[in-house]
Amino acid sequence: MKANRCRNPIIVVDDLYVNFYTYAGVVKAIDGVSFCIERGETYCLVGETGCGKSVTSRALTRLILPPGKIERGRILYYPEPGKVVDIMKLSEEELRMIRGDEITYIFQDPGTALDPLYTIGYQISETMLVHGYINKIRKGVSRAIQLLKETLIPDPEQRIKSYPHELSGGMKQRAVIATSLANRPRLIIADEPTTALDATVQAQIMELLRNLKKKRGLTILLITHNMGLVAEMCDRVGVMYAGQLVEEAPTEELFRNPLHPYTRALLRAVPNPLRRIEKLESIPGTVPNLIYPPAGCRFHPRCAHVMDTCKRQKPELTRIGNKHYVSCWLYSRR
Amino acid sequence: MASIAVEQALRTDKGYDEAVRDAQKFLPGEKPLVVMHRLKKYFPVKGLIRVRGWVRAVDNVTLLIPEGKTLGLVGESGSGKTTIGRLVLRLIEPTSGRIFFMGRNIFRLRGRDLRWFRRNAQMVFQDPYGSLNPRMTVYDIINEALKTHKIDVGDPKEYITKLLYEVGLNETHLYRYPHEFSGGQRQRIAIARVLALQPKFIVLDEPTSALDVSVQAQILNMLKDLQRRYNLTYLFISHDLGVVRYMSDYIAVMYVGKIVEVGPAEEVFEKPFHPYTRMLLASIPIPDPEYAKKKPPIRVVGEPPSPVNPPPGCRFHPRCPYASEKCRREEPSLVEVERGHWVACWHPLNQK
Repeated sequence: MKANRCRNPIIVVDDLYVNFYTYAGVVKAIDGVSFCIERGETYCLVGETGCGKSVTSRALTRLILPPGKIERGRILYYPEPGKVVDIMKLSEEELRMIRGDEITYIFQDPGTALDPLYTIGYQISETMLVHGYINKIRKGVSRAIQLLKETLIPDPEQRIKSYPHELSGGMKQRAVIATSLANRPRLIIADEPTTALDATVQAQIMELLRNLKKKRGLTILLITHNMGLVAEMCDRVGVMYAGQLVEEAPTEELFRNPLHPYTRALLRAVPNPLRRIEKLESIPGTVPNLIYPPAGCRFHPRCAHVMDTCKRQKPELTRIGNKHYVSCWLYSRR
Repeated sequence: MASIAVEQALRTDKGYDEAVRDAQKFLPGEKPLVVMHRLKKYFPVKGLIRVRGWVRAVDNVTLLIPEGKTLGLVGESGSGKTTIGRLVLRLIEPTSGRIFFMGRNIFRLRGRDLRWFRRNAQMVFQDPYGSLNPRMTVYDIINEALKTHKIDVGDPKEYITKLLYEVGLNETHLYRYPHEFSGGQRQRIAIARVLALQPKFIVLDEPTSALDVSVQAQILNMLKDLQRRYNLTYLFISHDLGVVRYMSDYIAVMYVGKIVEVGPAEEVFEKPFHPYTRMLLASIPIPDPEYAKKKPPIRVVGEPPSPVNPPPGCRFHPRCPYASEKCRREEPSLVEVERGHWVACWHPLNQK
């Protein structure tokens, strides 16, 4: 299997294809993505709108609703070293027992992740009830208080009685994080968890995630478009463009030595607030329409180094250096 | 057309000299285009029967926007930065205070004078999906602006085509509808519509927040080029400090309705004196892993307070690591800590 580049993976995705059957046509959202996440690391999927990073993260537990469909690919989940679960072969019921228990999600908008009609305490307890850790909502109270404490929500005894609208955006996201910790999570998938929050609150939430990960030995998959968060949070990064994984490397290596023309351009297009910049570089054109994606390498219409091969054939992800992979014809011997 | 502008520019309204005197000290040596003087905007919080309180969105702001330059306004949600953007365009009326545009009190303008102001002070909105009428073609969208302001450009098609080239589009886009464009292209159309009126002043309220980074850079570079070419004055509102630094000549940092720090962009970023500015800068994730490793940990305490009941004294004191008794009681006003760099803080950070 080509995807397993990890020593002790918690998840391995191999040759994943996801399509969305929309009225306008078939959107080829994920086009042959392969990667793995090492147990205990923070792995980032970074990219722009529509690159497929969110869809990929949802596909990990088959959380793709119609008109979306996982066309093919393997997703292997290793709850413990040596133990393997084939996600594609599980029944809906079996999947539900993993989702929200061992693999949990934190989404962008905490306002919609919480039910406005129930208290925070009820919603945390409900997660435990569904997965059979308690048999009555009431029995979850003390654990819920403890979880709110762990996520640094002030005055947790009172807050479990609060409804979502009584909390600020940052506090709501903390409550969502508390919910995701309620059972025995191994992998937390955080999909743009701070995009809706203010800068100072974002810094607090990221600090919280970092500490929780250390304390509980979690693995985190962080989905983001923010290169700053990648630099501060992640061990390894996968860069996605138009449904394909174009480059993967340890974070420092990626920033020091970006190889794919898209990664290079992307890094130069982000203004660094600590530096004086005379002229930002921009990438010409826009992200392609994935109903009719460009043939070959999907970045070729915007690429400054485009060659004939790029227009015809899709480049494979190739190992260039230690843990550094890129899918670009510039680096293939051919 | 030109004669009106000249005539307008020569007239000044009551209170202007005082406003310029008060505002110009923050940005010495700059020619004022827009001057805000003791500006306040309170929004009522309505209860069932009567008003329960006031949101002090903008609270006693005196500021100058220099001609041909960019003033960046930064702050978190609820800081009042967008309210200021709406006030300087007279989209809302202030609770008190004055705003002058080329010497004229904009809230006093009527008839022909008001149309002159409307034409010269324009806005680009954050959401390019909401700001363009989906039922109109690009040609109609831009031509409507020309018709509204009764601007005779000879052949509108030729004029609009020229504008489209200015913003990186071309004549093949003339008769298309907004839904046929990407977010970045729509923002270009919105900018073309603004340029059609040949304004002097443009409020850019988070103009690239809805766009991807690769497209954001295109738009920012284009805005800078246009500014140079047409001597435009920008008020650039954003929460993205990287973008603000790239765009701005001067920066004003807002916190819950107040300006807490103002100065040249480079100074404010390199040497922040206000503890809030420093906290804000330290909160921004920096796209540089080497830096992230040695970045000093900074404690971010609490969340921005509600502008309905802002804390007494310095509004930042509950979150400030250096807060003293004085900060809890007395409100600091802006003082000059270095040449042209002003801070409202009782204990400005020691910069060495």
